[in-house]
Amino acid sequence: MQGYLWFAAKRFIQLLAVIFFGVSAMFVVTYLSPIDPVEQVLGRLSARSNLSPEAIAATRLALTEMFGTDQPVLTQYVNFWSRLLRGDLGASLMAFPTPAMELVLRAMPWTLGLLLTSTAITFVVGNLAGGLAGYFQNSRLLKAFGIVTMGLQPIPYYIVAFIILIVFGYLWPVLPISGGFAMDVRPGWTLPFILSVLQHSLLPALSLVLVGLGGWFIGMRALVSNIVTEDYVTYAELAGVRRDTIVGDYVIRNALVPQVTALAMVIGGVFSGTVITEQVFNYPGMGSLLVDAVNAGDYSTVLAVCTISIAAVALAIFIVDLLHPLLDPRVRAE
Amino acid sequence: MFAVLRDLIRYNAEFTIGLILVGIVAIFAALSFFSPVDPTQIYLAIPDQPPSAQYWFGTNSRGQDLFWQLSAAFKNSLIFGITVAVLSRIISIAVGLAAGYLGGWVDRVLMFINDIFVAVPIFPILVLFYFVLRNHMDSFTMALIMACFGWPFDARLIRSVALGLKHREFTRHAVFAGMSTRKVLLEEHLPYVMPIVFSTFMNNMLWSIGMEVTLAVLGFTNINNPTIGTVLYWANSHSAMVVGVWWWVLIPVILIVITFVGLFLLAVSMNEYIDPRSRLRRMGA
Repeated sequence: MQGYLWFAAKRFIQLLAVIFFGVSAMFVVTYLSPIDPVEQVLGRLSARSNLSPEAIAATRLALTEMFGTDQPVLTQYVNFWSRLLRGDLGASLMAFPTPAMELVLRAMPWTLGLLLTSTAITFVVGNLAGGLAGYFQNSRLLKAFGIVTMGLQPIPYYIVAFIILIVFGYLWPVLPISGGFAMDVRPGWTLPFILSVLQHSLLPALSLVLVGLGGWFIGMRALVSNIVTEDYVTYAELAGVRRDTIVGDYVIRNALVPQVTALAMVIGGVFSGTVITEQVFNYPGMGSLLVDAVNAGDYSTVLAVCTISIAAVALAIFIVDLLHPLLDPRVRAE
Repeated sequence: MFAVLRDLIRYNAEFTIGLILVGIVAIFAALSFFSPVDPTQIYLAIPDQPPSAQYWFGTNSRGQDLFWQLSAAFKNSLIFGITVAVLSRIISIAVGLAAGYLGGWVDRVLMFINDIFVAVPIFPILVLFYFVLRNHMDSFTMALIMACFGWPFDARLIRSVALGLKHREFTRHAVFAGMSTRKVLLEEHLPYVMPIVFSTFMNNMLWSIGMEVTLAVLGFTNINNPTIGTVLYWANSHSAMVVGVWWWVLIPVILIVITFVGLFLLAVSMNEYIDPRSRLRRMGA
């Protein structure tokens, strides 16, 4: 148990380091950029409406104060952190005066739901199929499954999502291709709403699952086909241990350990995929919010989405890492 | 080197197919050096012409000959991918070999930094870069940023190989013979990790070109520079599928799939080449 706590503590320090580094990198990017956020916001504002010179000057002053761009770097950096820790990144420009953080928190459940379910499905199906394909190497069905998923795997998310959109939007319109839920359903914990949400999430989730399957399949098949040749598997077979026990407890469990490590490593990449998927399917999550915010020149919201996503990805990796020792007793012992 | 290549082509169908697919795309991209039209200019041809003898891939709604447009796009994207791969390979080789050979606190510090880079999602950071740089963000800047984030996976792989090399006889000989650390790493250890470097090179190109497509489709790059992603961006913004200019979408998508499957097969077969057991099985030994 003490070993586990030590392990968890080390991982926790790493989590803090990742968030610290990511957020600092964001600060450096925004600080070093040749573009002044104040002037940018001002440009956006005055492009849409006629403002008197006095109003512009007043707005500039207010914005400078809000972003704190007139202070020395270190003060700005400290201010940035203190505002971040208080969860206050200023008002959003697109949906003035809603705080940017509130927009992010509103969009987060959509992205989390989509990301978690599709990652879970991908991981389970890909590893199960890959494990079986590694053990039963002559199965035609599993071979065909492998070829299809491997063919899809290297293709960029966008292309797969787009092909799905064309197939289900134009050729065979059976599923909704846009939005998070049907227009005529009132949000709430009611059955029609939940059904509508599920129905709308099918296509975005499908595109994420299709792209993700191949990687797990290939990895697991390679791992299992190595493990199958080990002596203990042959011994178990000769000793008459049941087939499903061998496959499940002896082979796949052992092969799963590196796969869980890999799961922690791909979460960041899956997040980029969700952004694109949300954009293609017009899903009301953080990805769509990010794209809208960039297009609207909404400084606070862009920063808020970036911070939250870095922290969320780091947290997800941390949780997967904590689950790791439960699967592999060797990590606990170290 | 050539013997290795010959064996790979003879015994490994995946490598051969991958090589052919990537070769087709590379030749197609190289044609753009002889392009008779400037791919950044618009309205040089009649818009919306379907594929014909004159315009092999048709023309798009912006009045560009798609053949030369795509050729330039693939050239730019491949150059982008190669730039990212080369730069990030340099970082990962340096970090991986140093961490594996030197060990101790150097290893711990480098791997700590490594794990941080693995965990930071690059997409929000790239979007942030675009957001602050806007049109100052050219493809070389983007390649630099992506190279800074594309090394950690492979550095870890290289480190694990270097860890094994450290205790081998020849390393000790080299040290006793008075070779400097830098020389040991570059002349003795580097050749052993080269297969990994080649295989991860392809994977890294897949990753960076895919990321570029993602960003460009959203309009988050310099959209006037023809790349795979910006071709799709313009097709989208002219609603090519809806108005029936299907060749504007279909032909790029087919070419992208060829590129990605080709690079992927090369990476996979390289991986198998690294593992001698699977190579022997394939050669029937």
